[in-house]
Amino acid sequence: MDLIATAHGALLIVTVCQDRIDTASAIQFKERMREVTQTPSDRVLLDLSQVQFLDSSGLGAVVGVMKLMGPDRRLELVGLTPTVAKVFRLTRMDTVFTIHQSLPDGMRKAS
Amino acid sequence: MGMPFGPEREDLHLVITSDPLAVRGGLAGLLASPLLGKLNEAERGTAEIVLAEVLNNIVEHAYANMSGNIQITLCSQAGGICVNIHDQGHPFPQEVLPQGTLPQTCPTNGLPEGGFGWFLIRSLVQNLTYRRDNACNHLSFVLPVEPVVQTVSSSTPT
Repeated sequence: MDLIATAHGALLIVTVCQDRIDTASAIQFKERMREVTQTPSDRVLLDLSQVQFLDSSGLGAVVGVMKLMGPDRRLELVGLTPTVAKVFRLTRMDTVFTIHQSLPDGMRKAS
Repeated sequence: MGMPFGPEREDLHLVITSDPLAVRGGLAGLLASPLLGKLNEAERGTAEIVLAEVLNNIVEHAYANMSGNIQITLCSQAGGICVNIHDQGHPFPQEVLPQGTLPQTCPTNGLPEGGFGWFLIRSLVQNLTYRRDNACNHLSFVLPVEPVVQTVSSSTPT
């Protein structure tokens, strides 16, 4: 599970470089997120623009990451592809997370 | 079952082992098949969500830690793709499908981290049925598909 984390002041952007967060990869995703979010930041913006598919285990892992981060830090999402957006919408998790259409200006992937 | 299939029927059969990586590979194969490949993007997304949830549920609950096979049959019918899935794992409790209500935020544990699977399946399929028979689980449902818009050119007088 490849994640790239880049700090922009108080904002940490984590890009998932994988095309799915599914039952086979959800635990690994959560563990890697736990590691990369050790970097102090007020907000974590999870860039899901490369993720084409997320199942209920993947959704549970994203929720789990938010809970791991504690009440004082925010996990926000950006770049939901259509099927991923559908899972968040159907389960009403789109009302729990702040979801952005695109990364803030000047913070697009540099790779 | 037992119906004569005409040559126009594109039935698809797949057997996978009960394992999360086999589910991932099986899904890729099913989605690349002509039957699901001709769906629009939203319908393919729905098919992937539903099939992933059903198959992962079998791996996790029906077979739990046992090994076993999962048989999947897809066929095209009016209004959608008919899906039949069989396994030889444990039955559902009381041999009844889960209600699949949307998990709620718990006052002590906060947001739910699981329990979304059957809610998603029930939200997205039609004619969902389950039968336990000869130590085998039989699940069937229809993935709704929009009728393909016919081109009007052939019926337009020239």
